[in-house]
Amino acid sequence: MRDTPLSNCERDFLLKAIQEKKRLDGRQTYDYRSIKISFGTDYGCCFVDLGKTRIMAQVSCELITPKENRPNEGLIFFNIELSPMASPAFEMGRQSELLVKLNRQLERCLRNSKCIDTESLCVVSGEKVWQIRVDVHLLNHDGNLMDAASIAAIAALCHFRRPDVGIQGEEVTVYSTEERDPIPLSIYHMPICVSFSFFQQGTYLLVDPCEREERVMDGLLMIAMNKHREICSIQSSGGIMLLKDQVLRCSKIASVKVSEITELINKALENDKKARKTGGKFGFAESLPQERITALKTDVSHVEMSDVKEKANEIVQRAEVPPQTVPSPVLTAPGTGQVGEGLENSWGLKEEEEEEEEDETVELKMELEEGHEEKGRGDVVVISDSDSEEEDVVILNQVTTKEKASSSNQQGAVASKQQQKKKGQ
Amino acid sequence: MGDVFSFQMPESITDSKPEKVVCGPGLRRNGDEVLVCKSGILRHKQPNLYWIDSQQRRYVPGKGESVIGIITAKSGDIFKVDVGGSEQASLSYLAFEGATKRNRPNVQVGDLVYSQFIIANKDMEPELVCIDSCGRANGMGVFGAGGLLFKVSLGLVRRLLAPQSEIAKDLEKMFPFEIVVGMNGRVWVKSKTIQQTLIVANLLESCENMTAQQRQTLFRRVADGSI
Repeated sequence: MRDTPLSNCERDFLLKAIQEKKRLDGRQTYDYRSIKISFGTDYGCCFVDLGKTRIMAQVSCELITPKENRPNEGLIFFNIELSPMASPAFEMGRQSELLVKLNRQLERCLRNSKCIDTESLCVVSGEKVWQIRVDVHLLNHDGNLMDAASIAAIAALCHFRRPDVGIQGEEVTVYSTEERDPIPLSIYHMPICVSFSFFQQGTYLLVDPCEREERVMDGLLMIAMNKHREICSIQSSGGIMLLKDQVLRCSKIASVKVSEITELINKALENDKKARKTGGKFGFAESLPQERITALKTDVSHVEMSDVKEKANEIVQRAEVPPQTVPSPVLTAPGTGQVGEGLENSWGLKEEEEEEEEDETVELKMELEEGHEEKGRGDVVVISDSDSEEEDVVILNQVTTKEKASSSNQQGAVASKQQQKKKGQ
Repeated sequence: MGDVFSFQMPESITDSKPEKVVCGPGLRRNGDEVLVCKSGILRHKQPNLYWIDSQQRRYVPGKGESVIGIITAKSGDIFKVDVGGSEQASLSYLAFEGATKRNRPNVQVGDLVYSQFIIANKDMEPELVCIDSCGRANGMGVFGAGGLLFKVSLGLVRRLLAPQSEIAKDLEKMFPFEIVVGMNGRVWVKSKTIQQTLIVANLLESCENMTAQQRQTLFRRVADGSI
């Protein structure tokens, strides 16, 4: 599939508009499009939206043997893929110039700047080190791929957690996520690329060009910087001649933009951490706006309302008197309380048995009340006057029973006895 | 395959004979049944025309439709034109008004042309012409210096080209501008200043999914703000 060619009138119009300091979407010269960063459910998966440009980065790790000349350093591998769904100009499997350029720039920006501590990735020197692999997929191309790719890559690296490793003498155990919490990578700083496009032989400059502006530009200057105002890499392509003060001005603009973007990434990481900690839902699906139209929607159904009032009155009259409210909780022991005496067991026992049980329970209660004063300082009290299904309800570690407690217990018992008698009838 | 629907004739008109029903875009006949092959809203126009209003951005060339094309190559006697479809269309250099073998039209690569399809089916390469059957240009040909070309969905384009188009009427009230609408979703706009051109372009791109109410409020707000 071929990409739509750029017509002459579009090119003329864009250049004329840039001369008048106007951009197609109404931005100012130094404005970025709105950046949205969201994370997936796995650690290390990050989506970045820069206007309509959309990129996904995924970080993964595995244990391999290190390089021979660097036996105690881990390895980092970057891979950018231009998916054909991003633009009709991209074809699967073909190594285009743009792809090579992007890969090289991302490597320079993140690997040569040494933003990740590779020595911390070493497990057994000379034998086993972690290899961190960053896969960046382009999902939609609307200009400024380099910036979006660098934001996605560094955000994914900050979000990623590698499995914990335990070393005991010669034995190395890699713990899974369930056994031990995975640990984050140690990242010194966050380099972020900022792109500047130049028009009319360097006269006009735009930050964050969209796809059409990229097509008519003369040259591109890309500055990778971190928030401590350290330049990690500079690249100028397109063969334009730039003056010294132009480059300095661009670096000043870049430092402002980078600090804004770094703050945005940190905020996004914070939100994701909070969501995971509180157990709330997180991940890509949750970051999409809920646009449910038909969930829980039912058609309007008509209800017969003609004789509702009479029916309601009937039901109310026939209903029984609601049970009395139970007395306030009885404190049988520190830390335990008893509210009411429980209802009668209604699981289909015969009436005779019920009556027998009633007598028994009445006797037991009398005994218990007597026994209360005797037991006093017993460790264990067995309450068998409640009609729970368990055999005995045992309260451990009872120190003293006050007389008030026992008296209210008595009252409670009497009340429930009355209830039982009533129900038996 | 989509839903099958049939026509229920109400009792009052059973005396009239069943007429031929015209199936418009999005509907297909399958023997006795009429099948829906695109997602959208079923529309009906008296007396017997039915069609599906669907949202689509990819253009499929159709005979007789006027489109905006971009010249991509000049090879011998024909120009290759990109119309946004799967294939590039060909446009003969003799298909311009007043063009002869000696008097070639002034067309460069990258120019915009407003032309019509004479051949557009799935088996052959599409062909365009810039003259009508009488040999007159009738508004077609090369154009486009100084304006902005942008892409919208096919549904919006059809709404703009409808005879009593509300959107076009609302737009006219804003400020004077020139507009060329191609059925392949491409629109070209030119106004007095670049700012106004950009305003019209952005308005058209954004009023895609708005109701008439929202659109009118938006246009009014922009008109108040720009004046």
